[in-house]
Amino acid sequence: MIELKHLCKTYSAPDKEIHALEDINLSIQDGEIFGIIGLSGAGKSTLVRCINLLERPTSGQVLVDGRELTSLPRKELLLLRRSIGMIFQSFNLLEQRNVLKNVCFPLEIAGVDRKTAEAKARELLQVVGLADRADSYPSQLSGGQKQRVAIARALATDPRYILCDEATSALDPNTTRSILDLLRQINRDLGVTIIVITHEMKVIDQICDRVAVIDHSRIAEEGRVSEVFTSPQSQIARDLIIPRDRAALDTKNGRKIRLTFNDAYSREPVISNMVLECQAPVNILFADTKEFEGVIYGHMIIELPADPKQADKILVWLKNSPVEWREEV
Amino acid sequence: MLSEMFYKLWDAGLIQKGIWETVYMTLLSTAISYLIGLPLGVILTVTDRGGIHPVPWLNRVLGVIVNFFRSVPFIILMVAMLPVAKFVVGTSLGNRAMIVMLVIAAAPYIARMVESSVKEVDAGVIEAAQAMGASNFQIVYKVLLPEARPSLILGAVISMVTILGYSAMSATIGGTGLGQIAISYGHQRFNPDITWICVFLTVLIVQIIQEVGTAIAHRTDKRAKK
Repeated sequence: MIELKHLCKTYSAPDKEIHALEDINLSIQDGEIFGIIGLSGAGKSTLVRCINLLERPTSGQVLVDGRELTSLPRKELLLLRRSIGMIFQSFNLLEQRNVLKNVCFPLEIAGVDRKTAEAKARELLQVVGLADRADSYPSQLSGGQKQRVAIARALATDPRYILCDEATSALDPNTTRSILDLLRQINRDLGVTIIVITHEMKVIDQICDRVAVIDHSRIAEEGRVSEVFTSPQSQIARDLIIPRDRAALDTKNGRKIRLTFNDAYSREPVISNMVLECQAPVNILFADTKEFEGVIYGHMIIELPADPKQADKILVWLKNSPVEWREEV
Repeated sequence: MLSEMFYKLWDAGLIQKGIWETVYMTLLSTAISYLIGLPLGVILTVTDRGGIHPVPWLNRVLGVIVNFFRSVPFIILMVAMLPVAKFVVGTSLGNRAMIVMLVIAAAPYIARMVESSVKEVDAGVIEAAQAMGASNFQIVYKVLLPEARPSLILGAVISMVTILGYSAMSATIGGTGLGQIAISYGHQRFNPDITWICVFLTVLIVQIIQEVGTAIAHRTDKRAKK
Protein backbone atom coordinates (compact mmCIF):
# COMPACT_ATOMS: atom_id res chain seq x y z
CA MET A 1 0.00 0.00 0.00
CA ILE A 2 1.14 3.50 -0.79
CA GLU A 3 0.04 6.30 1.51
CA LEU A 4 0.63 9.98 1.07
CA LYS A 5 0.03 12.07 4.18
CA HIS A 6 -0.19 15.86 4.19
CA LEU A 7 2.20 16.04 1.29
CA CYS A 8 3.38 19.52 0.31
CA LYS A 9 5.90 20.56 -2.27
CA THR A 10 7.02 24.16 -2.62
CA TYR A 11 9.55 25.46 -5.09
CA SER A 12 11.20 28.71 -4.26
CA ALA A 13 11.66 30.97 -7.24
CA PRO A 14 13.69 34.17 -6.82
CA ASP A 15 10.64 36.41 -6.44
CA LYS A 16 8.01 34.06 -5.03
CA GLU A 17 7.17 30.61 -3.77
CA ILE A 18 5.40 28.16 -6.02
CA HIS A 19 3.15 25.64 -4.29
CA ALA A 20 3.22 22.60 -6.56
CA LEU A 21 1.40 20.36 -4.08
CA GLU A 22 -0.67 21.33 -1.07
CA ASP A 23 -1.80 18.92 1.62
CA ILE A 24 -2.17 15.83 -0.54
CA ASN A 25 -3.66 12.81 1.23
CA LEU A 26 -4.10 9.59 -0.71
CA SER A 27 -3.94 5.91 -0.06
CA ILE A 28 -3.47 3.47 -2.90
CA GLN A 29 -4.49 -0.12 -2.23
CA ASP A 30 -2.54 -3.15 -3.36
CA GLY A 31 -3.67 -4.59 -6.66
CA GLU A 32 -5.67 -1.62 -7.88
CA ILE A 33 -5.10 0.70 -10.80
CA PHE A 34 -5.25 4.19 -9.40
CA GLY A 35 -5.59 7.19 -11.66
CA ILE A 36 -4.47 10.72 -10.97
CA ILE A 37 -5.96 13.15 -13.44
CA GLY A 38 -5.53 16.88 -13.84
CA LEU A 39 -4.82 19.57 -16.35
CA SER A 40 -1.22 20.40 -17.17
CA GLY A 41 0.37 22.39 -14.38
CA ALA A 42 -2.00 20.94 -11.79
CA GLY A 43 0.89 19.22 -10.02
CA LYS A 44 0.34 15.63 -11.05
CA SER A 45 3.86 15.01 -12.37
CA THR A 46 5.34 16.38 -9.17
CA LEU A 47 2.96 14.18 -7.21
CA VAL A 48 3.98 10.96 -8.93
CA ARG A 49 7.67 11.85 -8.51
CA CYS A 50 7.12 12.24 -4.80
CA ILE A 51 6.06 8.60 -4.60
CA ASN A 52 9.56 7.35 -5.47
CA LEU A 53 11.19 10.47 -4.12
CA LEU A 54 12.58 11.65 -7.44
CA GLU A 55 11.15 14.85 -5.99
CA ARG A 56 11.56 15.32 -2.28
CA PRO A 57 8.38 16.70 -0.68
CA THR A 58 8.80 19.90 1.34
CA SER A 59 6.71 18.37 4.10
CA GLY A 60 4.49 15.39 4.70
CA GLN A 61 5.02 11.65 4.52
CA VAL A 62 5.29 9.04 1.80
CA LEU A 63 4.67 5.52 3.07
CA VAL A 64 5.33 2.53 0.86
CA ASP A 65 4.30 -0.73 2.53
CA GLY A 66 4.46 1.09 5.83
CA ARG A 67 8.01 2.41 5.36
CA GLU A 68 8.41 6.15 5.54
CA LEU A 69 10.54 7.14 2.54
CA THR A 70 11.53 10.68 3.37
CA SER A 71 13.52 9.56 6.40
CA LEU A 72 15.09 6.54 4.68
CA PRO A 73 18.89 6.58 4.23
CA ARG A 74 19.89 7.05 0.59
CA LYS A 75 21.17 3.49 0.17
CA GLU A 76 17.90 2.00 1.34
CA LEU A 77 15.94 4.42 -0.80
CA LEU A 78 17.86 3.22 -3.88
CA LEU A 79 17.04 -0.37 -2.95
CA LEU A 80 13.39 0.45 -2.39
CA ARG A 81 13.10 2.13 -5.80
CA ARG A 82 13.65 -1.29 -7.37
CA SER A 83 10.21 -2.25 -6.09
CA ILE A 84 8.63 0.73 -7.89
CA GLY A 85 8.88 0.62 -11.68
CA MET A 86 8.26 3.75 -13.71
CA ILE A 87 7.32 4.50 -17.31
CA PHE A 88 7.30 7.88 -19.00
CA GLN A 89 5.63 9.87 -21.74
CA SER A 90 8.90 10.08 -23.69
CA PHE A 91 9.79 6.41 -23.01
CA ASN A 92 13.32 7.35 -21.86
CA LEU A 93 15.05 4.30 -23.30
CA LEU A 94 18.81 4.21 -23.61
CA GLU A 95 19.36 5.04 -27.28
CA GLN A 96 22.75 3.34 -27.49
CA ARG A 97 21.55 0.00 -26.13
CA ASN A 98 19.44 -2.52 -27.95
CA VAL A 99 16.03 -3.62 -26.69
CA LEU A 100 17.34 -6.62 -24.75
CA LYS A 101 20.05 -4.55 -23.05
CA ASN A 102 17.52 -1.89 -22.16
CA VAL A 103 15.37 -4.41 -20.35
CA CYS A 104 18.51 -5.81 -18.66
CA PHE A 105 19.49 -2.36 -17.46
CA PRO A 106 17.66 -2.27 -14.10
CA LEU A 107 18.94 -5.78 -13.41
CA GLU A 108 22.51 -4.68 -14.11
CA ILE A 109 22.01 -1.87 -11.63
CA ALA A 110 20.72 -4.38 -9.11
CA GLY A 111 23.86 -6.46 -9.64
CA VAL A 112 22.18 -9.44 -11.29
CA ASP A 113 24.59 -11.49 -13.43
CA ARG A 114 24.33 -11.15 -17.19
CA LYS A 115 22.96 -14.58 -17.99
CA THR A 116 20.14 -14.41 -15.46
CA ALA A 117 19.36 -10.85 -16.53
CA GLU A 118 19.14 -11.74 -20.21
CA ALA A 119 16.92 -14.74 -19.54
CA LYS A 120 14.60 -12.56 -17.48
CA ALA A 121 14.63 -9.83 -20.14
CA ARG A 122 13.68 -12.29 -22.89
CA GLU A 123 10.85 -13.59 -20.77
CA LEU A 124 9.52 -10.05 -20.26
CA LEU A 125 9.85 -9.19 -23.95
CA GLN A 126 7.59 -12.17 -24.50
CA VAL A 127 5.06 -10.69 -22.07
CA VAL A 128 4.98 -7.35 -23.91
CA GLY A 129 4.93 -9.03 -27.32
CA LEU A 130 8.33 -7.91 -28.57
CA ALA A 131 10.36 -11.11 -28.32
CA ASP A 132 11.39 -10.78 -31.95
CA ARG A 133 12.79 -7.26 -31.53
CA ALA A 134 15.40 -8.06 -28.86
CA ASP A 135 18.29 -7.01 -31.09
CA SER A 136 16.69 -3.82 -32.41
CA TYR A 137 17.68 -0.38 -31.22
CA PRO A 138 15.09 2.09 -29.87
CA SER A 139 15.48 4.30 -32.96
CA GLN A 140 14.13 1.41 -35.05
CA LEU A 141 10.91 1.08 -33.04
CA SER A 142 7.56 2.86 -33.16
CA GLY A 143 6.27 4.83 -30.17
CA GLY A 144 4.03 1.99 -29.02
CA GLN A 145 6.88 -0.52 -29.28
CA LYS A 146 9.17 1.79 -27.33
CA GLN A 147 6.59 2.02 -24.55
CA ARG A 148 6.31 -1.77 -24.51
CA VAL A 149 10.07 -2.02 -24.05
CA ALA A 150 9.81 0.56 -21.27
CA ILE A 151 7.09 -1.53 -19.62
CA ALA A 152 9.22 -4.67 -19.86
CA ARG A 153 12.11 -2.69 -18.37
CA ALA A 154 9.91 -1.42 -15.54
CA LEU A 155 8.90 -5.02 -14.76
CA ALA A 156 12.46 -6.40 -14.75
CA THR A 157 13.04 -6.11 -11.02
CA ASP A 158 9.62 -7.65 -10.18
CA PRO A 159 8.23 -4.41 -8.76
CA ARG A 160 5.10 -4.28 -6.65
CA TYR A 161 4.18 -0.91 -8.11
CA ILE A 162 4.40 0.77 -11.48
CA LEU A 163 4.14 4.52 -11.89
CA CYS A 164 2.95 5.70 -15.30
CA ASP A 165 3.67 9.35 -16.02
CA GLU A 166 1.51 10.31 -19.02
CA ALA A 167 2.57 6.99 -20.52
CA THR A 168 0.16 7.16 -23.44
CA SER A 169 0.10 10.89 -24.11
CA ALA A 170 2.56 10.65 -27.00
CA LEU A 171 0.69 7.76 -28.66
CA ASP A 172 -2.17 7.62 -31.15
CA PRO A 173 -5.61 6.35 -29.97
CA ASN A 174 -5.17 2.75 -31.16
CA THR A 175 -1.70 2.42 -29.67
CA THR A 176 -2.96 4.05 -26.48
CA ARG A 177 -5.67 1.41 -26.24
CA SER A 178 -3.24 -1.47 -26.72
CA ILE A 179 -0.77 -0.07 -24.16
CA LEU A 180 -3.59 0.38 -21.65
CA ASP A 181 -4.76 -3.17 -22.31
CA LEU A 182 -1.23 -4.38 -21.65
CA LEU A 183 -1.11 -2.49 -18.34
CA ARG A 184 -4.49 -3.96 -17.41
CA GLN A 185 -3.20 -7.44 -18.20
CA ILE A 186 -0.05 -6.92 -16.15
CA ASN A 187 -2.14 -5.68 -13.26
CA ARG A 188 -4.38 -8.72 -13.46
CA ASP A 189 -1.76 -11.41 -14.15
CA LEU A 190 1.13 -10.19 -12.02
CA GLY A 191 -0.85 -8.39 -9.34
CA VAL A 192 1.18 -5.22 -9.82
CA THR A 193 -0.39 -2.06 -8.41
CA ILE A 194 -0.41 0.64 -11.08
CA ILE A 195 -0.57 4.39 -10.59
CA VAL A 196 -1.54 6.25 -13.72
CA ILE A 197 -0.96 9.97 -14.22
CA THR A 198 -2.85 11.48 -17.12
CA HIS A 199 -4.76 14.49 -18.39
CA GLU A 200 -7.10 12.31 -20.47
CA MET A 201 -10.40 11.07 -19.02
CA LYS A 202 -10.46 8.21 -21.51
CA VAL A 203 -7.32 6.73 -19.95
CA ILE A 204 -8.97 6.85 -16.54
CA ASP A 205 -12.20 5.25 -17.64
CA GLN A 206 -10.49 2.59 -19.68
CA ILE A 207 -8.31 1.08 -16.96
CA CYS A 208 -8.59 2.74 -13.57
CA ASP A 209 -10.49 1.43 -10.58
CA ARG A 210 -10.24 4.60 -8.56
CA VAL A 211 -9.32 8.13 -9.46
CA ALA A 212 -8.13 11.30 -7.76
CA VAL A 213 -8.73 14.58 -9.54
CA ILE A 214 -6.02 17.12 -8.88
CA ASP A 215 -6.53 20.82 -9.46
CA HIS A 216 -4.39 23.77 -8.47
CA SER A 217 -2.02 21.57 -6.43
CA ARG A 218 -4.82 20.01 -4.36
CA ILE A 219 -6.94 16.87 -4.57
CA ALA A 220 -10.33 18.18 -5.70
CA GLU A 221 -12.12 14.86 -5.63
CA GLU A 222 -11.42 11.18 -5.16
CA GLY A 223 -13.45 8.01 -5.53
CA ARG A 224 -14.36 5.03 -7.66
CA VAL A 225 -14.19 5.95 -11.33
CA SER A 226 -17.86 5.10 -11.86
CA GLU A 227 -18.87 7.38 -8.98
CA VAL A 228 -16.76 10.29 -10.08
CA PHE A 229 -17.96 9.88 -13.63
CA THR A 230 -21.66 9.72 -12.75
CA SER A 231 -21.75 12.37 -10.08
CA PRO A 232 -18.71 14.56 -10.27
CA GLN A 233 -18.67 16.87 -7.25
CA SER A 234 -16.04 19.35 -8.40
CA GLN A 235 -16.11 21.71 -11.36
CA ILE A 236 -12.72 20.40 -12.49
CA ALA A 237 -14.04 16.82 -12.65
CA ARG A 238 -17.04 17.96 -14.73
CA ASP A 239 -14.68 19.84 -17.02
CA LEU A 240 -12.50 16.79 -17.48
CA ILE A 241 -15.51 14.62 -18.35
CA ILE A 242 -16.84 17.18 -20.83
CA PRO A 243 -14.37 19.97 -21.50
CA ARG A 244 -16.08 23.34 -21.37
CA ASP A 245 -14.01 24.66 -24.25
CA ARG A 246 -15.71 22.33 -26.71
CA ALA A 247 -16.85 24.31 -29.76
CA ALA A 248 -20.30 22.68 -29.61
CA LEU A 249 -20.88 24.11 -26.14
CA ASP A 250 -19.95 27.60 -27.25
CA THR A 251 -23.46 28.96 -27.57
CA LYS A 252 -25.09 31.93 -25.91
CA ASN A 253 -28.70 31.34 -26.96
CA GLY A 254 -30.08 29.55 -23.96
CA ARG A 255 -29.23 28.08 -20.57
CA LYS A 256 -27.24 24.88 -20.58
CA ILE A 257 -28.14 21.84 -18.50
CA ARG A 258 -25.92 18.84 -17.83
CA LEU A 259 -27.78 15.55 -17.37
CA THR A 260 -26.23 12.44 -15.92
CA PHE A 261 -27.80 9.07 -16.56
CA ASN A 262 -27.07 5.90 -14.73
CA ASP A 263 -28.04 2.44 -15.87
CA ALA A 264 -31.75 2.81 -15.12
CA TYR A 265 -32.28 5.81 -17.39
CA SER A 266 -29.58 5.38 -19.97
CA ARG A 267 -31.83 2.89 -21.77
CA GLU A 268 -34.94 5.11 -21.64
CA PRO A 269 -35.91 7.82 -24.11
CA VAL A 270 -35.69 10.52 -21.44
CA ILE A 271 -35.13 13.46 -23.76
CA SER A 272 -37.94 12.43 -26.10
CA ASN A 273 -40.34 12.14 -23.19
CA MET A 274 -39.28 15.52 -21.90
CA VAL A 275 -39.72 17.23 -25.27
CA LEU A 276 -43.08 15.58 -25.88
CA GLU A 277 -44.46 16.38 -22.46
CA CYS A 278 -43.19 19.95 -22.33
CA GLN A 279 -43.93 20.70 -25.97
CA ALA A 280 -40.64 22.64 -26.13
CA PRO A 281 -37.57 22.03 -28.29
CA VAL A 282 -34.14 21.43 -26.76
CA ASN A 283 -30.80 21.41 -28.49
CA ILE A 284 -28.46 18.52 -27.67
CA LEU A 285 -24.94 19.95 -27.53
CA PHE A 286 -23.03 16.93 -26.30
CA ALA A 287 -23.75 13.34 -25.41
CA ASP A 288 -21.59 10.44 -24.36
CA THR A 289 -22.13 7.04 -22.78
CA LYS A 290 -19.57 4.88 -21.01
CA GLU A 291 -19.51 1.47 -19.45
CA PHE A 292 -17.98 0.77 -16.04
CA GLU A 293 -18.02 -2.69 -14.54
CA GLY A 294 -20.81 -3.66 -16.92
CA VAL A 295 -23.02 -0.68 -16.05
CA ILE A 296 -23.82 2.01 -18.57
CA TYR A 297 -23.54 5.69 -17.69
CA GLY A 298 -24.27 8.71 -19.82
CA HIS A 299 -23.55 12.41 -19.88
CA MET A 300 -25.47 14.92 -21.92
CA ILE A 301 -25.49 18.68 -22.22
CA ILE A 302 -28.62 20.28 -23.61
CA GLU A 303 -29.45 23.85 -24.44
CA LEU A 304 -32.83 25.14 -23.29
CA PRO A 305 -35.05 27.24 -25.57
CA ALA A 306 -34.31 30.96 -25.51
CA ASP A 307 -37.93 31.65 -24.51
CA PRO A 308 -37.86 31.79 -20.65
CA LYS A 309 -41.40 30.36 -20.36
CA GLN A 310 -40.52 27.25 -22.31
CA ALA A 311 -37.21 26.94 -20.47
CA ASP A 312 -38.97 27.06 -17.11
CA LYS A 313 -41.36 24.36 -18.22
CA ILE A 314 -38.45 22.06 -18.89
CA LEU A 315 -36.77 22.88 -15.61
CA VAL A 316 -39.94 22.03 -13.73
CA TRP A 317 -40.16 18.75 -15.63
CA LEU A 318 -36.55 17.96 -14.72
CA LYS A 319 -37.13 18.77 -11.06
CA ASN A 320 -39.90 16.21 -10.95
CA SER A 321 -37.95 13.58 -12.84
CA PRO A 322 -35.47 11.16 -11.27
CA VAL A 323 -32.72 12.24 -13.69
CA GLU A 324 -29.68 13.87 -12.13
CA TRP A 325 -29.02 17.31 -13.58
CA ARG A 326 -27.33 20.61 -12.91
CA GLU A 327 -27.12 23.91 -14.70
CA GLU A 328 -23.84 24.68 -16.42
CA VAL A 329 -22.26 28.06 -15.83
CA MET B 1 62.28 20.38 -58.10
CA LEU B 2 62.85 19.63 -54.43
CA SER B 3 65.84 21.13 -52.71
CA GLU B 4 68.97 19.23 -51.84
CA MET B 5 68.09 19.66 -48.19
CA PHE B 6 64.96 17.56 -48.60
CA TYR B 7 66.89 14.57 -49.93
CA LYS B 8 69.43 14.95 -47.17
CA LEU B 9 66.73 14.94 -44.52
CA TRP B 10 64.86 12.09 -46.13
CA ASP B 11 67.98 9.93 -46.48
CA ALA B 12 68.88 10.64 -42.88
CA GLY B 13 65.35 9.54 -41.92
CA LEU B 14 64.61 12.88 -40.23
CA ILE B 15 61.32 13.52 -42.00
CA GLN B 16 60.09 10.04 -41.19
CA LYS B 17 61.19 10.57 -37.61
CA GLY B 18 59.37 13.92 -37.59
CA ILE B 19 56.13 12.30 -38.69
CA TRP B 20 56.47 9.65 -36.03
CA GLU B 21 57.28 12.19 -33.32
CA THR B 22 54.29 14.33 -34.22
CA VAL B 23 51.94 11.35 -34.25
CA TYR B 24 53.39 9.91 -31.06
CA MET B 25 53.28 13.21 -29.18
CA THR B 26 49.74 13.86 -30.31
CA LEU B 27 48.44 10.40 -29.38
CA LEU B 28 50.21 10.20 -26.05
CA SER B 29 49.25 13.73 -25.04
CA THR B 30 45.64 13.11 -26.03
CA ALA B 31 45.54 9.91 -24.01
CA ILE B 32 47.01 11.49 -20.89
CA SER B 33 44.85 14.59 -21.32
CA TYR B 34 41.74 12.40 -21.39
CA LEU B 35 42.80 10.67 -18.19
CA ILE B 36 42.49 14.09 -16.56
CA GLY B 37 39.94 15.83 -18.78
CA LEU B 38 37.32 13.08 -18.90
CA PRO B 39 36.81 12.79 -15.13
CA LEU B 40 37.07 16.56 -14.84
CA GLY B 41 34.39 17.06 -17.50
CA VAL B 42 32.13 14.52 -15.79
CA ILE B 43 32.64 16.22 -12.41
CA LEU B 44 31.80 19.58 -13.99
CA THR B 45 28.54 18.13 -15.31
CA VAL B 46 27.55 16.16 -12.24
CA THR B 47 28.23 18.96 -9.75
CA ASP B 48 26.54 21.63 -11.83
CA ARG B 49 23.25 23.14 -10.76
CA GLY B 50 20.69 20.68 -12.09
CA GLY B 51 23.32 17.93 -12.26
CA ILE B 52 22.80 14.59 -10.52
CA HIS B 53 24.87 15.67 -7.52
CA PRO B 54 25.05 19.47 -7.37
CA VAL B 55 28.03 20.88 -5.44
CA PRO B 56 27.99 24.55 -6.45
CA TRP B 57 31.26 25.60 -4.76
CA LEU B 58 33.27 22.73 -6.26
CA ASN B 59 31.76 23.39 -9.66
CA ARG B 60 32.65 27.06 -9.38
CA VAL B 61 36.25 26.39 -8.31
CA LEU B 62 36.87 23.83 -11.06
CA GLY B 63 35.21 26.09 -13.59
CA VAL B 64 37.51 28.99 -12.73
CA ILE B 65 40.63 26.78 -12.93
CA VAL B 66 39.57 25.33 -16.28
CA ASN B 67 38.78 28.77 -17.66
CA PHE B 68 42.13 30.09 -16.46
CA PHE B 69 44.10 27.53 -18.45
CA ARG B 70 41.76 27.83 -21.42
CA SER B 71 42.19 31.59 -21.68
CA VAL B 72 46.00 31.72 -21.79
CA PRO B 73 47.32 31.39 -25.36
CA PHE B 74 49.24 28.14 -25.73
CA ILE B 75 52.53 29.75 -26.65
CA ILE B 76 52.51 31.83 -23.45
CA LEU B 77 51.20 28.98 -21.31
CA MET B 78 54.05 26.80 -22.57
CA VAL B 79 56.73 29.23 -21.47
CA ALA B 80 55.01 29.86 -18.15
CA MET B 81 54.68 26.16 -17.42
CA LEU B 82 58.34 25.23 -18.03
CA PRO B 83 59.01 24.95 -14.27
CA VAL B 84 56.03 22.62 -13.92
CA ALA B 85 57.42 20.37 -16.64
CA LYS B 86 60.75 20.35 -14.87
CA PHE B 87 59.02 19.38 -11.65
CA VAL B 88 56.97 16.59 -13.24
CA VAL B 89 59.48 14.94 -15.60
CA GLY B 90 62.76 16.37 -14.28
CA THR B 91 63.57 18.40 -17.38
CA SER B 92 62.17 21.35 -19.26
CA LEU B 93 63.64 20.20 -22.55
CA GLY B 94 62.66 17.57 -25.10
CA ASN B 95 59.45 15.82 -25.92
CA ARG B 96 58.72 14.52 -22.46
CA ALA B 97 58.58 18.09 -21.20
CA MET B 98 56.51 19.06 -24.25
CA ILE B 99 53.96 16.36 -23.47
CA VAL B 100 53.52 17.86 -19.99
CA MET B 101 52.81 21.26 -21.59
CA LEU B 102 50.41 19.73 -24.07
CA VAL B 103 48.52 17.97 -21.29
CA ILE B 104 48.33 21.14 -19.19
CA ALA B 105 46.87 23.00 -22.16
CA ALA B 106 44.65 20.21 -23.49
CA ALA B 107 43.13 18.67 -20.35
CA PRO B 108 41.01 21.73 -19.47
CA TYR B 109 39.97 22.03 -23.09
CA ILE B 110 38.96 18.37 -23.13
CA ALA B 111 37.10 18.80 -19.85
CA ARG B 112 34.85 21.38 -21.52
CA MET B 113 34.40 19.17 -24.59
CA VAL B 114 33.39 16.24 -22.38
CA GLU B 115 31.10 18.45 -20.33
CA SER B 116 29.21 19.63 -23.40
CA SER B 117 28.90 16.07 -24.76
CA VAL B 118 27.64 14.63 -21.50
CA LYS B 119 25.17 17.47 -21.02
CA GLU B 120 23.48 16.44 -24.27
CA VAL B 121 22.25 13.23 -22.65
CA ASP B 122 18.46 13.41 -22.27
CA ALA B 123 17.44 14.33 -18.74
CA GLY B 124 14.53 11.87 -19.00
CA VAL B 125 16.89 8.94 -19.45
CA ILE B 126 18.82 10.00 -16.36
CA GLU B 127 15.55 10.29 -14.45
CA ALA B 128 14.57 6.77 -15.58
CA ALA B 129 17.86 5.42 -14.22
CA GLN B 130 17.29 7.24 -10.94
CA ALA B 131 13.81 5.76 -10.72
CA MET B 132 15.38 2.29 -11.03
CA GLY B 133 17.55 2.99 -8.03
CA ALA B 134 20.81 3.63 -9.89
CA SER B 135 23.53 5.29 -7.83
CA ASN B 136 25.17 8.42 -9.21
CA PHE B 137 28.28 6.43 -10.02
CA GLN B 138 26.19 3.91 -11.99
CA ILE B 139 24.48 6.75 -13.81
CA VAL B 140 27.86 8.12 -14.87
CA TYR B 141 29.33 4.94 -16.26
CA LYS B 142 26.17 3.18 -17.42
CA VAL B 143 24.14 6.12 -18.72
CA LEU B 144 26.05 9.36 -19.21
CA LEU B 145 29.22 8.05 -20.82
CA PRO B 146 27.71 5.30 -23.05
CA GLU B 147 24.85 7.52 -24.19
CA ALA B 148 27.24 10.38 -24.99
CA ARG B 149 29.72 8.07 -26.73
CA PRO B 150 29.31 9.28 -30.35
CA SER B 151 29.57 12.89 -29.25
CA LEU B 152 32.58 12.08 -27.03
CA ILE B 153 34.37 10.44 -29.96
CA LEU B 154 33.75 13.46 -32.19
CA GLY B 155 35.02 15.67 -29.37
CA ALA B 156 38.14 13.53 -29.11
CA VAL B 157 38.81 14.03 -32.82
CA ILE B 158 38.60 17.80 -32.45
CA SER B 159 40.79 17.70 -29.36
CA MET B 160 43.38 15.56 -31.09
CA VAL B 161 43.61 17.94 -34.03
CA THR B 162 44.04 20.85 -31.61
CA ILE B 163 46.77 18.98 -29.74
CA LEU B 164 48.52 18.26 -33.02
CA GLY B 165 48.56 21.99 -33.69
CA TYR B 166 49.95 22.65 -30.21
CA SER B 167 52.65 20.02 -30.71
CA ALA B 168 53.91 21.89 -33.77
CA MET B 169 54.02 25.11 -31.77
CA SER B 170 56.08 23.41 -29.09
CA ALA B 171 58.94 23.38 -31.61
CA THR B 172 59.57 27.01 -30.66
CA ILE B 173 60.82 25.95 -27.24
CA GLY B 174 62.51 22.71 -28.13
CA GLY B 175 59.80 20.26 -29.11
CA THR B 176 60.51 18.02 -32.10
CA GLY B 177 58.39 16.65 -34.92
CA LEU B 178 57.12 18.17 -38.14
CA GLY B 179 56.82 21.61 -36.55
CA GLN B 180 60.47 21.63 -35.66
CA ILE B 181 61.50 20.47 -39.15
CA ALA B 182 59.40 23.21 -40.71
CA ILE B 183 60.93 25.88 -38.49
CA SER B 184 64.58 24.91 -38.40
CA TYR B 185 65.05 23.37 -41.86
CA GLY B 186 62.30 25.11 -43.80
CA HIS B 187 61.98 28.59 -42.34
CA GLN B 188 65.38 29.32 -40.83
CA ARG B 189 67.42 27.79 -43.68
CA PHE B 190 65.26 29.17 -46.50
CA ASN B 191 63.88 25.91 -47.90
CA PRO B 192 60.22 26.73 -48.54
CA ASP B 193 59.67 23.29 -50.07
CA ILE B 194 60.41 21.68 -46.73
CA THR B 195 57.94 23.96 -44.98
CA TRP B 196 55.31 23.01 -47.52
CA ILE B 197 56.05 19.32 -47.21
CA CYS B 198 55.52 19.65 -43.46
CA VAL B 199 52.26 21.47 -44.12
CA PHE B 200 51.16 18.73 -46.47
CA LEU B 201 52.07 15.96 -44.04
CA THR B 202 50.27 17.70 -41.18
CA VAL B 203 47.14 18.14 -43.26
CA LEU B 204 47.33 14.47 -44.19
CA ILE B 205 47.57 13.37 -40.56
CA VAL B 206 44.66 15.62 -39.60
CA GLN B 207 42.57 14.20 -42.44
CA ILE B 208 43.26 10.66 -41.33
CA ILE B 209 42.37 11.43 -37.69
CA GLN B 210 39.20 13.20 -38.78
CA GLU B 211 38.03 10.51 -41.19
CA VAL B 212 38.75 7.58 -38.89
CA GLY B 213 37.23 9.33 -35.88
CA THR B 214 34.07 10.36 -37.70
CA ALA B 215 33.66 6.85 -39.09
CA ILE B 216 33.97 5.30 -35.63
CA ALA B 217 31.52 7.78 -34.14
CA HIS B 218 29.04 7.17 -36.93
CA ARG B 219 29.44 3.39 -36.84
CA THR B 220 28.86 3.16 -33.10
CA ASP B 221 25.92 5.58 -32.98
CA LYS B 222 22.69 3.62 -32.65
CA ARG B 223 20.36 6.58 -32.94
CA ALA B 224 18.51 7.24 -36.18
CA LYS B 225 20.94 8.34 -38.87
CA LYS B 226 20.23 11.77 -40.26
